[in-house]
Amino acid sequence: MKVVVCVKQIPDPATPYTLEEGTYWLIRPEAQVLDDGDRYGVEMGLQIAEKNQGTVTLVSMGPSGSGQGIRQALAMGADKAILIEDPSLRGSDALTTARALAAAIEREGFDLVIAGTESTDGYSGVVPQMLAELLGVPALTFATQVEVATGTITIHRQTADGYDLVEATLPAVVAVTAGVVEPRYPTFKGIMDAKKKPIEDPSLVDLGIDASSDQKVASIVDAPSRTGGRKIEDDGEAHLAIVELLEERKVI
Amino acid sequence: MASVFVFVEQDGDRPSNLGLELLAKARTLGEVTVIYLGKGESTNLLGEHGASRVLLADPGSRLPAAPVAAAIAERVTSEKPDLILLGQAYTDRDIAGRLAARLGVGVLSNASDIRLVDGSVETDHEILGGSMIATATSSMGPFIVLIRPKSFVAEAIGGPAPAAETLELPDTGPAEATITGSHAEEREGPQLGEAAVVVSGGRGLGSVEAYGMIEQLAKQLGAATGATRAIVDAGWVPYAKQVGQTGKTVKPDVYIAAGISGAMQHLVGMKDAKTIIAINKDPDAPIFSVADLGVVGDVHKVLPKLIEALSAR
Repeated sequence: MKVVVCVKQIPDPATPYTLEEGTYWLIRPEAQVLDDGDRYGVEMGLQIAEKNQGTVTLVSMGPSGSGQGIRQALAMGADKAILIEDPSLRGSDALTTARALAAAIEREGFDLVIAGTESTDGYSGVVPQMLAELLGVPALTFATQVEVATGTITIHRQTADGYDLVEATLPAVVAVTAGVVEPRYPTFKGIMDAKKKPIEDPSLVDLGIDASSDQKVASIVDAPSRTGGRKIEDDGEAHLAIVELLEERKVI
Repeated sequence: MASVFVFVEQDGDRPSNLGLELLAKARTLGEVTVIYLGKGESTNLLGEHGASRVLLADPGSRLPAAPVAAAIAERVTSEKPDLILLGQAYTDRDIAGRLAARLGVGVLSNASDIRLVDGSVETDHEILGGSMIATATSSMGPFIVLIRPKSFVAEAIGGPAPAAETLELPDTGPAEATITGSHAEEREGPQLGEAAVVVSGGRGLGSVEAYGMIEQLAKQLGAATGATRAIVDAGWVPYAKQVGQTGKTVKPDVYIAAGISGAMQHLVGMKDAKTIIAINKDPDAPIFSVADLGVVGDVHKVLPKLIEALSAR
C-alpha cells in the first residue's frame, strides 16, 4: 500500500512570528520545524503502512531551508520525501498549494493520502478537501480514529456534539485531528537513517503546474485591544473576589 | 445588486445559529439564496432572517461535501453569484474546499468581516492570536469566504417565507463517502458554542483528574465546559470541548479560565467574552492581559475553595 503524508515545515511556534514588509508574508527562517499537528499524520501513516506492507512518502511544499522539519518526519520512519520548492510559490493560497501537492501525489501514485486538519502557521484549513477534489477521491476529514481494511477506510469524523462513522473505498484523502494516535519519538537509529533518505525536489515544470494566486494582504493593523483588569495575588481568599464578580454579573 | 449564496446547515429542526449569523451579514450585501443542508425544516426562519430563496440539499446518508459541492458548482456556473458565504465549521470547510477546487478559485478562510468593493472582495482576519487584523483582497470571483462563528449577530427581520426548491445532488462516483452511524457525546448543561457561562481548563490543572473540578464548577454555574488545545491533544477531554483557533469560538457573558496560560491559539477563541476571569500561578501569563479579574494562584487551591463557597450558598 502506498501511503502519502502531507507535512509542512513552519517557523518554531515558540518564537515570535515576523511578517515581510509590503507583502505581509510570514518570514521563514532557515531552520523550520515540523508542524506539530503533522506528527499525528506521520504516525498514522507509519502504522497503516506497517500493517499493510506499505511505504510512506512525505510530500511538502515550501522553502526547504535546512530541511530540519522534513528530517524530523523522516526520522520517525517515513521512507522518502518530496519537497516542492520554487520562488514563484511564495505567498501561495490554499488552492495553489493543493494543486502543487496533488500534482506531486499523482505523479508518485497513492492508495491513501493523510494530512493534518490545518497548519499551525496558516490555518486556511481547506487544503485536504481541495486535494481530494483535485485527485477525484473522498475527503474523510476531522478524523479522530482511522481504520483501514482491504480497499476500504472507516473513520470517526468529529461533529459538533460527537462523531459520525464515515466509510469510503480507497483511494482516499484522510485529514486527521491532533490526538488521533500517539506520535512516536524518533530513535537514534531513526535520526541517523533519516540523513541518508532521499528527498526529491521536482520542478514546477516536472509537475506541470504554474503558481498564481490572486489573494493579497492589503493591510495589517493592530486589533482594538482588550486591557487586563484587576490582578490579585491569592492569599487564601481570592475565591471570594471571584464569587463577588459572579454575583455582580448575575451568574449566581 | 449583488447575488449572495449562503450555506446553512440544519441543526435539530431549525437552521444552525452559525447559518443565521451569516444571513445577518449576507442580506446587507445583496440578494440572498440559501443552500440549506438537511431535511429542509423551518425554511420560514431563513426568510425571516433575510433569505429570498432556499435550495434544499438533502444528501441522506451520503457524506455531503462531494455531491453538495458539485451541485453548488453547477448553480454557480449557471447563475453566477458574486459571493458564496460559509461558516468556519466542519462541513462548511469540506464543501468550500471542494467547491473552490472545482471552480478554480481561492477560499478566504477565518474571516471576521467582509466587504464587497468595486467587483473585489475584502475580508478581515484576526491573526497572531487576535492581536492584529489583516485585510485580504481578491478580485477573481466568485468569492468563497469562510466566516468565523460569532462574527455577526443573528437577528430576524421578519421577511416573507422564501421560495424553496430542491437542489439535485449528482453522483460523484469515486469521491463519495457514506455516513454509517452517528454518536453523540454525553453532555450535561448547555452547548459550548451557545452557553452564557463557560468554564475552561488547561495544562495548569496538571492531570486529567483535576478536570473534574472544571466539570463541578460548571455544573454549579449552569455553564458549559471547555478546554485548551494542549489538554485535548493530551487526550484528557474530547476535541468537541476545544476552545480556540482550531476549536470553537465562544462569546459568553462570563468565561472562567483555570490553569490556562493564554496561548495565541486559545485567546483567539475566547477573548471576546464579556467578562473574563483567569486563575493561573504564573503572574506573567498572557491570559492576564485580557482578564477582567486575574487571580495569581494555584488552581488546586483556588478552585476547591470556590466550589465550596458556591455549594454553601
